[in-house]
Amino acid sequence: MNQQTNFGDSSASATRITPGFALRPEDIALAAEQGTAKPGEDVGEYALRLGDDALILAQRLGHWISRAPELEEDVALGNIALDQLGHARSFLTYAGAAWGKTEDELAYFRRESEFRSAHLFEQPNGDFAATIARQFIVANYQFPLYRELTKSSDPMLAAIAAKAVKEVDYHLDHSTQWVLRLAGGTAESRRRMEAGLKLMWPFAGELFEDDELTARLGGAGVAPSSLKDEFDRSTGAVLAEAELDVAGHPMATGGGRHGHHSEYLGPVLAEMQVLAREFPGAGW
Amino acid sequence: MARNMQQGGRSAPRNAAEAPVVEALSAEDAAGLENFDRIIAKDSRVEPRDWMPEAYRRSLVRQISQHAHSEIIGMQPEANWITRAPSLKRKSILMAKVQDEAGHGLYLYSAAETLGTTRDDMMDALVAGKARYSSIFNYPTVTWADMGAIGWMVDGAAICNQVPLCRASYGPYGRAMVRVCKEESFHQRQGFEILLELANGTPEQRAMAQDAVNRWYAPSLMMFGPPDDDSPNSKQSMAWNIKRFSNDELRSRFVGMLAEQVKVLGLELPDDQVRFDADTKKWEYGPLDWEEFKEVLAGRGPCNAQRLERRRSAHEDGAWVREAAAAYAEKQAAQHTAANAQKAAA
Repeated sequence: MNQQTNFGDSSASATRITPGFALRPEDIALAAEQGTAKPGEDVGEYALRLGDDALILAQRLGHWISRAPELEEDVALGNIALDQLGHARSFLTYAGAAWGKTEDELAYFRRESEFRSAHLFEQPNGDFAATIARQFIVANYQFPLYRELTKSSDPMLAAIAAKAVKEVDYHLDHSTQWVLRLAGGTAESRRRMEAGLKLMWPFAGELFEDDELTARLGGAGVAPSSLKDEFDRSTGAVLAEAELDVAGHPMATGGGRHGHHSEYLGPVLAEMQVLAREFPGAGW
Repeated sequence: MARNMQQGGRSAPRNAAEAPVVEALSAEDAAGLENFDRIIAKDSRVEPRDWMPEAYRRSLVRQISQHAHSEIIGMQPEANWITRAPSLKRKSILMAKVQDEAGHGLYLYSAAETLGTTRDDMMDALVAGKARYSSIFNYPTVTWADMGAIGWMVDGAAICNQVPLCRASYGPYGRAMVRVCKEESFHQRQGFEILLELANGTPEQRAMAQDAVNRWYAPSLMMFGPPDDDSPNSKQSMAWNIKRFSNDELRSRFVGMLAEQVKVLGLELPDDQVRFDADTKKWEYGPLDWEEFKEVLAGRGPCNAQRLERRRSAHEDGAWVREAAAAYAEKQAAQHTAANAQKAAA
């Protein structure tokens, strides 16, 4: 196997990553330093959106570890959190290269209004059903997004997406299985699954909104609206099998892409950033 | 098969010291015992289908389930810092580590299940406060440096304890330990690296590292269990080739390891009596507060109630999810059976 920078070999397994082969944030940082991967500001801003979504979700999911309903779910949710954190690190490292910042400078020293996460990712975990509802929407959005992004005209975005899409494929399976189980399990689990979807569904709308940035990106990014039909079809098939109805849930106004966040982001950042900010400039 | 195992065990002699054999062994049990004794004498492995004395089985269930519980409770003090980890790389490593511990708990519960006890029973005993787990997890993690000290000292002590267990006479336990030890050694290195980074950081970071080493030193030495003259289960465990070295032997080895590695960190151990005794070829250390150990073990440590409460609430809050999964699986199986019946009829 060749050891050179082989961004996103789609034949590599997502679960068995050999050191010389996987795209690590450190490789991206090195490429940026050597000037072989230098995003323009638009690509940087786009990478920030994707990275912030994944980072805030990882932060949320990380809270489940040691609190899950079953040990297997401690492992599964931990895995998903780790995957998301890995994607966040790659996207943020690349985004940072646009402005000469590291992943940690972006994660720990930006203000709330400088984050670009969509509201869905900021929503509290709630009970297990609410977390599954959020995962179900996220995975059905991220899977086609990353699949399409592998065709990006920006080779680094394509490479990050190539690694991410294989992992998100598992997240999709995990959330689908749980939606079916909870909907078809007991009356209690069905009630909770319905309530979870009611809480999370309104935040799906924001994910598919185009704006000036996504228009300017052209072939480097993926137009959010272009993913909507597939999202409707793939979620629709599972919801139909589970006999769940989301048609009545109104869509909420988002704004995360432009720094207008839910009330939930502030406390998430306060907790995440506290130690790093206590010792600015320190190494860890 | 499980029933045979149970029966074989029940009519078998208990620990010879505590319960003399009153009834004659059946021919089957006598053959089983002879085979068991031969396996132990050859230092070979006992497997789940082999006949084994009831006391051996009980002793293993106690040890393996305590070990599994320790992994599960041990997730909490570290999970406490996942959301606050000071860099994304550290966050990622810490998350992976705590996830590994859930995995260790899973293999160990599975190993214990081969002895005829269920994970549900073990979990129920844990949340009811009837099962033990390593006392060290009843101390709080108050600073980031505690992630370093736990990795270096607590996982380090666990490795000293567990490497010999890879050769434990009970096959499923020994094999689970091989995998656990590989991951533990990664955990120890990441802990050491955290401390090294802090020790070479700002004066405040260095002080944070020293403070954590001070707090975790004695509790980590006590992880090896009471001194040899006060360790009721050790002798029998050694005779059965479950345990290979005594508590004090392992503790002394561990102190030697710390004494060398602390120099690389440029920190100090909070014990001025640590020295290598050239005559006994053993590392010596200062007195340990076994009263405190007993207090914490008896449930009066700083975090005992908190740890159990968290496990209990996670278990209870998750009950509806487990019930839903079971109900769904049952419905799926029924549908499957009905579909097969229809196919057969057609």
